Amino acid sequence: MNEDLRFNIYMSGVGGQGIGILSEVLIRSYDNAGYLVKGVDTHGLAQRGGMVESHLRVGCTGGNPLIEPGKADLAVSLERTEAYRAMSRYLRKGGVLVYYNTLWQTLGVRMGEDEEITEEMIKSEADLRDIRVYEIFSDRLPDIRMQNIALLSGAVRENVFTGISCTDVASALRDLFSGAMLEQNLDILNCG
Amino acid sequence: MKDIGRILLQKKPFSEIMMGNTALVRAMIEAGVEVITTYPGSPTPEIADAARAVLRHENPFYFEYSTNEKVASEVAFGASLNGRLSVVFFKSVGLNVAADSVVQFSLLDLKGGLVIILGDDPGANSSQNEQDNRHFARMAAIPVFEPSDPQQAYEMFLEAAVIASENMMPVILRMTTHVCHAKGRISFGSRPALKQDQTPSFRPEMGEYIPLTSAVASMKKRSMLKLEKVRQLAEISSFNYLIEHKSKKGIITCGLPSLSLSDLLTECANPPDVLVIGIVWPLPMELICDFCARHEEVLIVEELDDFIEKEVKAAAFDRRLSLTITGKFEPDDFIGELHSQNLRRFINSKWPELGLGSGEPASQTVPVLPSRPAQMCPGCGHRSAFYAIKKALKDDDITVADIGCHTLGYMQPYQIGTVLLSMGHSSGTGAGLSLFNEERRVVTFLGDSTFFHAGLPGIINAVRNNHNITLIIMENGTTAMTGHQDHAGSKAGDETGFKQISIRAVLEGLGVKSVSEVDTYNQKKLTASVTEALEHQGFSVVIAKHPCMLKLTRENKRRGIIPERRADIDEELCDRIKECISRFACPSFSIDKETGAVSVNPELCIGDGSCVQVCPVSAIGLGQKERGNE
Ligand SMILES: Cc1ncc(C[n+]2csc(CCOP(=O)(O)OP(=O)(O)O)c2C)c(N)n1
Repeated sequence: MNEDLRFNIYMSGVGGQGIGILSEVLIRSYDNAGYLVKGVDTHGLAQRGGMVESHLRVGCTGGNPLIEPGKADLAVSLERTEAYRAMSRYLRKGGVLVYYNTLWQTLGVRMGEDEEITEEMIKSEADLRDIRVYEIFSDRLPDIRMQNIALLSGAVRENVFTGISCTDVASALRDLFSGAMLEQNLDILNCG
Repeated sequence: MKDIGRILLQKKPFSEIMMGNTALVRAMIEAGVEVITTYPGSPTPEIADAARAVLRHENPFYFEYSTNEKVASEVAFGASLNGRLSVVFFKSVGLNVAADSVVQFSLLDLKGGLVIILGDDPGANSSQNEQDNRHFARMAAIPVFEPSDPQQAYEMFLEAAVIASENMMPVILRMTTHVCHAKGRISFGSRPALKQDQTPSFRPEMGEYIPLTSAVASMKKRSMLKLEKVRQLAEISSFNYLIEHKSKKGIITCGLPSLSLSDLLTECANPPDVLVIGIVWPLPMELICDFCARHEEVLIVEELDDFIEKEVKAAAFDRRLSLTITGKFEPDDFIGELHSQNLRRFINSKWPELGLGSGEPASQTVPVLPSRPAQMCPGCGHRSAFYAIKKALKDDDITVADIGCHTLGYMQPYQIGTVLLSMGHSSGTGAGLSLFNEERRVVTFLGDSTFFHAGLPGIINAVRNNHNITLIIMENGTTAMTGHQDHAGSKAGDETGFKQISIRAVLEGLGVKSVSEVDTYNQKKLTASVTEALEHQGFSVVIAKHPCMLKLTRENKRRGIIPERRADIDEELCDRIKECISRFACPSFSIDKETGAVSVNPELCIGDGSCVQVCPVSAIGLGQKERGNE
């Protein structure tokens, strides 16, 4: 364990995508790995198909659990529009973005009032600010509600979570799930 | 899988990762709380979830969802009169509803003690305002603890409970949104072996319990003496702490802003001294003035109003302290949460010489991003209702919103319900809008939980005075927006002993002449019922009902029932009229930005079929749902 690690993870998605589980798994993974960690989810009205976010601060002792805009080292997003938003508002220069490449159109986009966010837009903004981007997608999920775990698994494989291993994540999953659900999730995680 | 109920009940000390709201329930168990009441509201509903998880294993306390915050407070008050240590919790604006009773509490000896947990919401993350309830506490002579994180929330609750029961008084634990929901590893103490006290020990002769006329003076004096006792404790509270940097500048702060401050001060070459206080009412003024006397300049860092600032300035004046005390001045200083970004702005505007960076937003180049506000879920009965109701309305009819998921009707594209105050306001506001108004019809909305909470007085008023309004009750069987808590009109579930109260029967009992009841998925019938109700002179009601589909889909999923069908679009028939997108606006529909073709997002559609009747050319059908992403 790296005692000096300070690592801010900003997560985002759309209400209903399971960001709560994602953040719960990550906070427990870091805790399992021996780090001091604090976090906070946004609740409330946002769960109704609105934007949701969660903040995680590794190695943070005294501070506010909310990450200041521009100070995230890693942004993890469950949806493409939200990935773009996360990157542009929270990610520091030289940070890492990992996102699940699905699109839940906003009303503005559907009504033709707003522009749809594309992979290219994300890439070109990332290039400008020296950000590494990982796109994750799986077409073999038993249930679409497992995209959060698929994203987690892809991100673990790309080693974006500084300080934790796949087994830390697996034991976090065991804290939170049981039975067939646990088996399926461990399967997707696939620590080998 | 960890079972939070069992975890919270452990006998030995332990530590666990959890949010502040959950930690409070462990504190209640350790403190021996016997009665817990609430009415749901963000940011506090997870306290109830944790309490109910405990009750699945043991009954260390009684818990109820009360009809509203006032009733919840009264139940907790009654229990405390009998010697039970009690807790009531609710969101910030809940205190407005409860206030008529809560302001009396400090006048009386609450034998068992009473802790009020408030979920204040700086930043209005999930509320209709960001009121600062410390003002209420002062008016009601109730002490206030203000924790900065979950660990402290747990510890402060324990201390608040001791003060409450030893002094037979109410004590407030003022949580704020991101203390309620902050998560981390929290260390707990052991659970004492407590025996539930079953003696109803209320004795009116033990104290004065009728605060009327001449009795009030002596009761008020007693309450002020209790408060002074708490102030003395506040002076030496272990929750106060001082961070010294030997500076001539000092900052006085409390709660979550103290954590933002510690983040920011790491950027300072010459950081100021900091005094953090734990009890914010009554203030530990000796401690504070001593700090002031040792500094040339003091900045008060507190969220929302200048509550501490005004007190400190007055005390410094009284004591003829010669220092500069800086606080709030610009409107922006009074608005929003003091997270690092806002606190940075505040400090830079007051003390630029500290040299904090400007904290620029991450990107300078990104265009305005598509906004994504909360919206009604796929299959939501409220959507079907708004779509159908819109057809019965004329452009200049006045529609009055109320609190709940159906408030979202104000948004594009429905734009129904265009004025909002508070829970249950709609019938009263609507009645006022109908006066001296022969031209524009008035339609008011009300959720079913709100019907019982605060809706009835306005309805009774409309019946009694025969106000010319049409009330549409959006009945979905649950308190949806706050996380699906049961209410008096919910179906009696697994928990025994509940009675379901029929809204229709209540209305008929009140003598409402025009009442109809329609499933909102039956859009034609709903349009007709609303049209008819609008023709009725005087007060009319339409009950627009459909179960909350988010709740139903989740319950089904837990039972292993996955929707078999989903909407699909017949490309041949689709004329790109886009009724489904631009008027019905279910988020399940997507549009191809190149071709303009409409499709159904399989990740979102729940196969409810409420959209099928919407398409003028019948291009929407219900097909078998494929699995996964294929
Ligand atoms: C005084 C007060 N208490 C609690 C709340 C929190 N609150 C916001 S929405 C809501 C739900 C109301 O439920 P219901 O009337 O059934 O409408 P639904 O969300 O189910 O459509 C509640 C309780 C509030 N805003 N004000």
